[in-house]
Amino acid sequence: MEALNKTSLPPLAAPVSSADVHPPHLSPAYKSTILRSPTQPLMPVRELIRDLSMPVFGQSVLREFDNDLTKNARINGEPIGERIKVAGRVLDETGRPLSNVLIELWQANSAGRYVHKAEIHDAPLDPNFLGGGRVLTDADGNYAFHTIKPGAYPWGNHYNAWRPNHIHFSVIGHQFEHRLVTQMYFPGDPLFDYDPIFQSVPQHARELLIAKFRMDWTEAEFALAYQFDIVLNGRHKTPFE
Amino acid sequence: MEQLRQTPSQTVGPFFAYALTAEQYGYPYDSLMNHTLVSLDTPGQRIVVTGQVWDGAGATISDAVVELWQADAQGHYRTAPIEGNTATHTDRGFLGFGRVGTGTLPGHRYQFTTLKPGATGEGSAPHINVMLMMRGSLRNLYTRLYFADEPEANAQDILLNAVPAERRATLLAHRKEVNGEIRYIFDIHMQGSDETVFFEL
Ligand SMILES: [Fe+3]
Repeated sequence: MEALNKTSLPPLAAPVSSADVHPPHLSPAYKSTILRSPTQPLMPVRELIRDLSMPVFGQSVLREFDNDLTKNARINGEPIGERIKVAGRVLDETGRPLSNVLIELWQANSAGRYVHKAEIHDAPLDPNFLGGGRVLTDADGNYAFHTIKPGAYPWGNHYNAWRPNHIHFSVIGHQFEHRLVTQMYFPGDPLFDYDPIFQSVPQHARELLIAKFRMDWTEAEFALAYQFDIVLNGRHKTPFE
Repeated sequence: MEQLRQTPSQTVGPFFAYALTAEQYGYPYDSLMNHTLVSLDTPGQRIVVTGQVWDGAGATISDAVVELWQADAQGHYRTAPIEGNTATHTDRGFLGFGRVGTGTLPGHRYQFTTLKPGATGEGSAPHINVMLMMRGSLRNLYTRLYFADEPEANAQDILLNAVPAERRATLLAHRKEVNGEIRYIFDIHMQGSDETVFFEL
């Protein structure tokens, strides 16, 4: 399998807008997009919609171990794998931190296996690991959770297709337009060049999906740490004064 | 003013259910939202909103997530914080937000229990905001459900009227009464002659 799109964009392509980071709807190397992406252009409606504010989520929606995937599904022991902490901030496009943002997470276990019933990858399930959780940002927009580093897994897109290690994120902010679903990747993954989902993002923006390794955030004798900051679509909101 | 670059979107993939819609799919985790946008005491006309999501080959999509966000019967969106750690939490009042997957009902239907929203102001017909996510979709898709039995209000709606006339019908949900239950059918077509109009926010 040849590396995809390695040379498709000039290195100095500057983004024209902060929103110019998203993948196109149709990205044929990711085969499922072919029958599932709109063929008509999306209709811009920012100027026609007054207010789509959403209520925030209060702390009472969380249970004790919702943000600790190493603990929230234990049955008879600790989940197997490399313990990590993932933390970061959620901001709007002006850099304003967003509190009480709901982040929902899901991922494969350390062997690259999802709990999902439709998953057919022949790797072991971990009886002590679900791979689902949730967390809210605090007053300064910070969030943190503990988990097990997910393994890579094969998928059916093409012959010998493998997904890089990743954690799925679903984010609900203060506006309906904040809604974001994305995936966080780990630095230096050799599968980046072969993954059409990661490669669907314009080359200049791919770094935004890769967490930073943070030695200074590691917990000694316990867990390595990664930083993943999230910036939500909020371009027409009044700037913070 | 300098703007930060947004975090790029990625697909929700096929394996979201045990986290996003766990109770609906029978996974051992609780759900913060589900198919019900109303509590028992919410005033308004109870309706069921249901439909299917169709791909470009005319097949129903079994692994989509549909989210609704709507105003109450008076046309007010909820502003009070959402509290309580399950979708069945009893003192939540009118949530206005719901989420289901298309993988558990026959025909890959999605189905919500809610109330008919009121108009949210001048130039706005009653409507429900719809967010769609699925494997094979690299970005969330936003559309709106309008009610086919509100032709006068629809004629005044600024957003609906900005849609080319020949495509407006893709945003209309059709009323059907089944055993005293009021259902609105809203199918979403990804492609083809009935391709649903999607909006960019
Ligand atoms: Fe995945």
